[in-house]
Amino acid sequence: MSSKQKLVIIGAGMASGRMLEHLTDAAPDAFDITLFNAEPRGNYNRIMLSPVLAGDQSYEDIVTHDDAWYAARGITCRFGERVTAIDRAAKVVTGESGPVAYDHLVFGTGSDPFMIPMPGHDLDGVIAYRDLEDTEQMMAMGAGNRVVVIGGGLLGLEAAAGMAARGADVTVVHIMGHLMERQLDPAAGYLLRKSLEEKGIKVLLNAKSTEIAGENGQVRALLLEDGTVLPCDLLVMAVGIRPSIALAQETGLAVGRGIHVDDQMRTSDPSVFAVGECVEHDGAVFGLVAPLYDQAKVLAETLQGRDAVYKQKSLSTKLKVTGCDLFSAGDFAEGDGREDIVFRDPARGVYKRLVIEGDRLVGAVMYGDTADSNWFFGLIRDGDDVSDMRETLIFGPAFQGGGAADPLSAVAALPPEAEICGCNGVCKSTITDAIAAGATDLGAIRAETKASASCGTCTGLVEQLLQVSLGDAFQMPTEQPICGCCDLTHEDVRRLIKSQALKSQEAVWQELGWKTVNGCHVCRPAVNFYLLVDWPLDYRDDPQSRFVNERKHANIQKDGTFSVVPRMWGGITTPDELRAIADAADKYQVPTVKVTGGQRIDLLGVKGEDLPFIWADLNKAGMVSGHAYSKGLRTVKTCVGTDHCRFGTQDSTGLGIKLEQVLWGSWTPHKLKLAVSGCPRNCAEATCKDIGVVCVDSGYQISIGGAAGMDVKETELLVQVATEEEAIEVVMAVTQAYREGAKYLDRLYKWMAKVGLDWIKDTLVDDLENRRAHAERFELSQSIYRTDPWAEHAKQAQRYQPLSDLTLEAAE
Amino acid sequence: MSWIDIGALDDVPLRGARLVKTRVGCVAVFRTAEAEVFAASNTCPHKNGPLSEGIIHGQSVTCPLHNWVFDLNTGEAQGADDGRIATYPVRIDGGRILLDAASLDQRSAA
Repeated sequence: MSSKQKLVIIGAGMASGRMLEHLTDAAPDAFDITLFNAEPRGNYNRIMLSPVLAGDQSYEDIVTHDDAWYAARGITCRFGERVTAIDRAAKVVTGESGPVAYDHLVFGTGSDPFMIPMPGHDLDGVIAYRDLEDTEQMMAMGAGNRVVVIGGGLLGLEAAAGMAARGADVTVVHIMGHLMERQLDPAAGYLLRKSLEEKGIKVLLNAKSTEIAGENGQVRALLLEDGTVLPCDLLVMAVGIRPSIALAQETGLAVGRGIHVDDQMRTSDPSVFAVGECVEHDGAVFGLVAPLYDQAKVLAETLQGRDAVYKQKSLSTKLKVTGCDLFSAGDFAEGDGREDIVFRDPARGVYKRLVIEGDRLVGAVMYGDTADSNWFFGLIRDGDDVSDMRETLIFGPAFQGGGAADPLSAVAALPPEAEICGCNGVCKSTITDAIAAGATDLGAIRAETKASASCGTCTGLVEQLLQVSLGDAFQMPTEQPICGCCDLTHEDVRRLIKSQALKSQEAVWQELGWKTVNGCHVCRPAVNFYLLVDWPLDYRDDPQSRFVNERKHANIQKDGTFSVVPRMWGGITTPDELRAIADAADKYQVPTVKVTGGQRIDLLGVKGEDLPFIWADLNKAGMVSGHAYSKGLRTVKTCVGTDHCRFGTQDSTGLGIKLEQVLWGSWTPHKLKLAVSGCPRNCAEATCKDIGVVCVDSGYQISIGGAAGMDVKETELLVQVATEEEAIEVVMAVTQAYREGAKYLDRLYKWMAKVGLDWIKDTLVDDLENRRAHAERFELSQSIYRTDPWAEHAKQAQRYQPLSDLTLEAAE
Repeated sequence: MSWIDIGALDDVPLRGARLVKTRVGCVAVFRTAEAEVFAASNTCPHKNGPLSEGIIHGQSVTCPLHNWVFDLNTGEAQGADDGRIATYPVRIDGGRILLDAASLDQRSAA
C-alpha cells in the first residue's frame, strides 16, 4: 500500500468519473484512491436526466459507475459526505467522518445552478434542474399540474418538454427575444418555439420575472414585470450554472469564474488539480460534456507523469427533445470577412445557416434537417478549405465532388421524383414534362401542374427549373419581388402573412423562404408594417425595422440634426402653446422656426441628444408628437367653418379635430393627409388630400385619392353622408382598407388605382356591415397605437445620448 | 491594443447602434446579433449621413440619407457605390463592449 501514491478526488461527476476510467485502465495499481461525493451516490450520466424525466429511461439505465465498478478498482467511496477542510501544507483533506492524506488532490466539484435571488426563490416547489432529486420532483408533475420554467436554454427546454410529455401544463418564461439565443439565431429560435408550442408548451419571450408568490411556504405563482400572473405548482429555474468554487476559494487556490487551471489541469498549487465544470481554463468555463471528457483524459495523463496538453475546441449542441431536430456548432461572434449562406425550406420546416470566414466554415445552425450536421461539424473542427464547394456547400455532402459547381446545378441534379411543391405534391418530373409539353412560364406551370399555385414559396425553384430546361428562352417574370432577400412580391407577402397567420418577422423570413439572415433596409420596414396591421395585438412594432425618422420620431435633416413638429389639432392652437413653442425654440437654440403647409409649426435644426428634453418640455405644455415624420396620419387641415366664416355650412374645424383625434398615431403604408373644408370654396384644399371632406348644407362629401406631391391628383367622390358620425366611420373604414390592402410606400391614390374606386364603394359605402367591421378593426389597432411616442421616448433620454464619450479621457 | 470599456452590450439595441464620441470624431457601435458588435466611423463618405441611425441587417448598415450599404466587416460600400468607412476593433467581455483605443490614436496620427 505504502508504495502507492495517495489520490483524493472531491466530486464523483462525469468529468472525474471519466478521469478515473482512464487512470485505472492505464495504471491499475499506481494509486490509492479516495472519492468524496456530496450526493449520496456515484457517477451517473447527468445529460441523460432529460430522457429519465421524459420517461424514456430509468435512473438505473443512466448509472455510469455502480458499486461493483468502484469495488473492482479498489476505490474508497465516501458518498453523501461533504469535505469540511483542506490543509494544503499538511496535504490532508478532512470530511465529515474524518481526515485522509493525499499526494495529489483533484477538484471535480462541478457547478451549482444559478438561482435568481428574487423574492420567493426559497419557497418550497422552487427548484433547479441539476440532479436526480430535482428530476424526481418534476416527474411527479402530470395532468392537472401547472409548471413554470424560467429559462429558454437547453436545460430549461428539456425540462419543459419532459413535463409536457407527462401531461403537465407548462409555460416557459424567457428573458431574451428568442429561445436558446446563445446557440441559435432568431430564425431557428422561431422554428423551435413553433415545435414546442405544437407540443402544448406556452412560450413567453422578452418576459422578465419579478417575484415568486407563495402560500404557507409553498410556491403559488410567478409574477412578471408586465403584471402577468402565472399560477404554478412547481417552478423550475434553469437560467444557468456557475462553477462551484467555494471550497477551492476557502482553500486559497487561485480562482476567477472557476478554479484556474493550466493546460495540464494543474491549479495554482502543483499538487492540486481540477477538472470539469468547476474549472476556468484560458478565460473559459465549460458546460457541455465534450470538453470535460477532453480535460479528463489530459488529467489522467498528467497524474501518470506524462505530457499532455488540453486545448479548447469548437463545440456543437443538440437538443434532446423528441421532434425538435436542431443542431448548432462553432462560432457566430464578430470577425472580419464573415459571410452567411442561408437555406430555408418552409414546407418541411427546414432552416440551415452556415457562417464562412475566408475559405473556412466557422459556424452552422440547422433546424428540421440535421442529417448532415456531423459532416458540417467536421469541416468546422478541422478547418477544411471549403472554397471549392462553396456554391453548393449548404446542400451537404451529397452534392460535393466532381467538377466546378454551377448555382443551378443543384436544381438540375435533383432526381425526377424530388418534390418541388410541398403544398400540392408536385415532383420535378411533372414540371419538366409540362415544360416539354409547352408550358414556358410560371402561369402555365401553375395552371398545368398546380406547382407554386398555393403558398407560392417554391416559385423560385419552379423558375429555376424553367431556366434549366429552357435556357435563354425563359424570361423572368415582370412582377418584381420586394427585394433580393426573397422571391415574393409585396402582394404575395401580404396575402401569405394573413393566410398562414405569420405573426413575427422570424416567421415571415422562415415560412416565405427569405435568403438572408434578417432581411434588409428595403424589406424589413415593409414586413414590419404588414405584421403590425394584420396582427395588432400579437405583433409589436419593431423600431429597428423603421427608417430613422420613425425610430427617432423626428425628421432627420441633411446635416444630421432633426426637426420637431408638435401636433396642433385641426390647426388650432393657443397663446400658451405658442409661448411653450417659443420658449423651447429659445432654450434649445433652434435655428429655424417655420410654419408648415399642414397648419402647424416646425422647429428645424434640433440636435439629436436634445430631442427627449425638448419633447418633455412640449409635453409639459400639453402638446404631443405631430407625426410629421411618419408613414402615418400627418394632419387634418381645416378652415374656420361656421364658427367665424359667413359662408361656412358646417363646423369644419370641429370635425377636423375629431378626425385627427381618432386617427392620430396610426401607421399607414405611406403618409396620410386629410383636410376638412367648411364649404365648396374649399379653403382647406381638401380635394388634393389623401382623404378630403367638403362640407355642404346637406352633409359631408367624402372624396379620396388626392395628392399634391410628385403627382398632382384631384380626389374622387366616394360618398356623401348626413352626419359627422357617419363621416368619421367612413374615414376610419377607408383608412383601414388602405392599411390592409396597399403595398408599403404606395400613397392612397396608387392603391385606389389598383383596387378601383368601385371596389371601395362596394365594400365600404354600400356594405354597411363591412364598413363597420373595417372601422372596428381600425379602432382595435388604435387601442395600441393611439399614444404619444414623445412621452414614451422622453423617459429614455439616455438612449439619445452617446454611449460613451472618449473625448473626456485625458490626452496622454 | 488598449481596450477601453465603452458601455454595456444591453445598452445597444439588437439590430441597432449607439454613438461613441472620440477625439477623431464619432464612432458608431453596431449590434448585429445577440452577442455580435462592430465599430466603424459614423460618417457616410457620400454626404456625411449618420450611419448609427441606419437600418442594420445581417452584418451591414444602410445609410439613412441615400441608402448606401456598408459591410461592417470591411467598411466597404456594397453594390454600385464606391467608398469605405474606417472600422475599429471591438469585442465583448462579460456583457461589456470594449473598443480598441489604440486604433483610434493610429488614425489620428495618420
